[in-house]
Amino acid sequence: MSCLIALLAAVIVLAAPTLRASGQTAKPVNEDVVHEVAVQLRCVVCQNLSVADSPSEMASQMRAIIRERLAAGESPAEVQRYFVERYGEWILLAPPRRGFNLLVWLLPFVAVLAGLAAAAMLIRRWTRRARTAPTSPVTVDAAMSERIRRELERES
Amino acid sequence: MTADLGYGMTLIALGLAVYGGLAAGVGAKTGRLALVESAQHAALGVFALVTSCFVLLTYAFLTFDFSVRYVATNTNLGTPFYYRITGVWGALEGSIILWSWMLALYTIILIVRHRVGARELYPWALATMLGILAFFLLVMTVAAPPFQRQIPVPPDGRGLNPLLEDTGMITHPVALYLGFTGFTVPFAFAMAALITGRIGDTWLALTRRWTIVAWYFLSLGLLIGGWWSYHVLGWGGYWAWDPVENAAFMPWLTGTAFLHSVMIQERRRMLRLWNISLVILTFGLTLFGTFLTRSGVIASVHAFTQGSIGILFLSFLALVLLTALGLVAWRWETIRSEGELDSVVSRESAFLLNNVLLVAAAFTVFFGTVFPLLSEAVRGVKVSVGAPFFNQVNIPLFLSLVFLMGVGPLIAWRRASADNLKRNFLWPVVLGIAAAAAAFALGVRSFLAVLTFATTVFVAVTIVVDFTRATRARRRLGESLLPAMGRLLVRHNRRYGGFVVHLGILIIALGVMGSHAWSVQTETTLRRGETAELAGYRFRFDGLTAVEESNHLKVVGDFTVSNGRVLGVLRPAKKFYPQEQAPIAYVDYRLGLREDLYLVLGDFARDGSQATIKLQVNRLVSWIWIGGFVLTLGALLAILPERHKTA
Amino acid sequence: MKLWRWLIPLAAVPVLALLAYGFRVSPRDIPSPLVGRPAPAFALSTLDGAPMTLEGHRGKVLILNFWASWCYPACYEEAPVLERNWRGYRDRGVVVVGVDIQDKREAAEKFVADFGLTFPIAQDLKGTVSVDYGVYGVPETFFVDRQGRIRVKHVGAVTDDVFRKTVDRLLAEAGAP
Repeated sequence: MSCLIALLAAVIVLAAPTLRASGQTAKPVNEDVVHEVAVQLRCVVCQNLSVADSPSEMASQMRAIIRERLAAGESPAEVQRYFVERYGEWILLAPPRRGFNLLVWLLPFVAVLAGLAAAAMLIRRWTRRARTAPTSPVTVDAAMSERIRRELERES
Repeated sequence: MTADLGYGMTLIALGLAVYGGLAAGVGAKTGRLALVESAQHAALGVFALVTSCFVLLTYAFLTFDFSVRYVATNTNLGTPFYYRITGVWGALEGSIILWSWMLALYTIILIVRHRVGARELYPWALATMLGILAFFLLVMTVAAPPFQRQIPVPPDGRGLNPLLEDTGMITHPVALYLGFTGFTVPFAFAMAALITGRIGDTWLALTRRWTIVAWYFLSLGLLIGGWWSYHVLGWGGYWAWDPVENAAFMPWLTGTAFLHSVMIQERRRMLRLWNISLVILTFGLTLFGTFLTRSGVIASVHAFTQGSIGILFLSFLALVLLTALGLVAWRWETIRSEGELDSVVSRESAFLLNNVLLVAAAFTVFFGTVFPLLSEAVRGVKVSVGAPFFNQVNIPLFLSLVFLMGVGPLIAWRRASADNLKRNFLWPVVLGIAAAAAAFALGVRSFLAVLTFATTVFVAVTIVVDFTRATRARRRLGESLLPAMGRLLVRHNRRYGGFVVHLGILIIALGVMGSHAWSVQTETTLRRGETAELAGYRFRFDGLTAVEESNHLKVVGDFTVSNGRVLGVLRPAKKFYPQEQAPIAYVDYRLGLREDLYLVLGDFARDGSQATIKLQVNRLVSWIWIGGFVLTLGALLAILPERHKTA
Repeated sequence: MKLWRWLIPLAAVPVLALLAYGFRVSPRDIPSPLVGRPAPAFALSTLDGAPMTLEGHRGKVLILNFWASWCYPACYEEAPVLERNWRGYRDRGVVVVGVDIQDKREAAEKFVADFGLTFPIAQDLKGTVSVDYGVYGVPETFFVDRQGRIRVKHVGAVTDDVFRKTVDRLLAEAGAP
């Protein structure tokens, strides 16, 4: 609850005479590039939303800063580095693929592989058992299979 | 007075629940039916008391009884009537009452349904349910009491969190909690099965419908949550991979896995150990979800509060996991089942693969959610794990699962012959590839979008193939078309309910793909009369108006939308609540089948001469809600009681 | 295989331990990478219209405080603390400077008047200064030494104790600006 209040507390209105222009810079910047950079950064007041998505005032200001820096000629990577230098790795919404963080990137795939391996072992055990007592496949037509299916449903 | 009465009732309910749990347990162990019956009476008493607490609290809300602290913090004199009722579960204490009430309700239904049928398992299941209920009542008494007195009684309350003044937010917790608590019953039966050693198919048969019902509500809760997020929170998205969203998604994933692997145990008596573990895992994840929401351990936009409640939940989670998994280890030899399979290519394999992918997805979400904590513990460095990570890692998993949706239902049990494969999959594969080619020809260049489209066509065709073939078989037996289709759906409601659910998932998949691949947005400042353009739409800023509502002030911006001809006026607003320090954004949107127009009002000049807006044109998002609706229809179809099938 | 099955319940233990560890840390407590680095330059105007820059205070111990009028109760608690210590230390080569973020001018002026704040205060209208300092909430206070390096970042309301201990330590350090 308090986190929601903190979130809301950051969204605020600016007064008339001091309304700052957002998005109006000397060199027009592609909004899509701004969005691409903003989507990787974490809004510092709204938990778990990106700077691109967050409706808060702080995010709006951060987007303006991104816009200014891109207009000044910085590359997206440089703009990202600017924020990381000030906020730490935490400001990136996906942990950089280096060092310890590789754990979170790789472990899911390891988990899938481990699961597939376990499943494969299980299936092999099942098929091995069956190979000692083979059964011959029976082919049926659709009407018969429908009737068989109904019988099976009824039984189970 | 109200506060004391409520608190007293809570205490008595707690006592009854503890007594009932012990009585049922002892009765189960010693075979003394009288004790079990006594426990049933205790359960009834608990239900009556918790219902009374709920009614009392609602009454306090409706009559502005600010002597109760919970009422004072969550409403004020301006809160509209409707939200005074639904605000009861708007904050922590109310949410615990709601959870407890649902648990009590499910316990009563369990008693009514299974008192006679499941002689051996029933008493232990009852004991487990009452034990869990007792825990939540304990939380209600000790850590989050809704009936605390507010002294001195204030003349006016603080007011409901404005974000909760929305219909979606009303139904979302109810549906979600019905889902969460619903999984308690299969867990209770799984514990009963482990304790008694009767780990055959009885417990499975008993819990099948419970699981679908719980899964249905959880799906509903997740979908409504996404809808609420989309049209209230003002960020134009429906899923943020927020830790608390993840916490609700994980049990859904493992619950879905369970729904499928259950079929293997039913048909082939295999995977018993796995099924029990899945149920325990699912229930554990629901507890983890409540822990996450309420402990403040991981930062989230949903988080309620911190304090002793987190420790209580963690301790309970530990107790549940260690006990349940300990029982699994104890019964290890008895549970392991032997099974036979003729070929690797078979339905069993497909279902197994389905389970591997779903549980791996759940693991990914879990690990991503706790990784910040792990990173801090090990490295002392805080990192964030958010949407970019989850999207990147989960999309391949989910796409594979969608593909499996097409394979699973049609492939044969035990062994799929080459003939079976050809008959069932030739058309789907051909049309799938054709769809990919068509998409590419139409200019779609995103690899993921093409792949998703091809996969969904593949699965859709498998469903159509199966349905037409079965219909044709019935027709050959003399039925006409519509009755044939109808009877198919009803007689085989599990199978076709499942198909409809799969169809719903397909539609959702297309919606997600569209919204990710093709949505556009921009942000700009407009003077009055100026127009912004996006994706062929023009938005003209016409001015601002201030409106006084019962409990807040609203500043509305008027934007005329046109795309050649005038489509209408969108009115995004900022709402100023006196109890909130900052305004709440109120988005306005224009929904469509193909695309949604979405407008968020940012800063504005006091005199209405300028306004900053965030514009979005979101593509195919409506398909997500449509697909969700179809999914729930399918679940309802599958829940229908099975009729005895005659020709 | 007999004992391996007990790994299943044991597997839950590290997870539970990790979650328990979560109680010891706060997710809002983010260490700043700027500590130990030169303070970023800024150029603002105070509410009275005077220029306010980092350079203008070089050679003094600088306390840079980010606040807002809507930040209740923390900013309200620390405002008198800051004013009190400002008056006590201003003749010893210490300067307190306030930066108001995301606020209306009237609200800021009212806050200053209510607490009788006399140290220079400017509004950071575009948010560039607060982002430059990695501010993610209010109040946050930076203690900058005479060489212009950020030495301490304090998140939350500043207390007399924190102020005096830190400033005394920085003042005691020898070294030319």
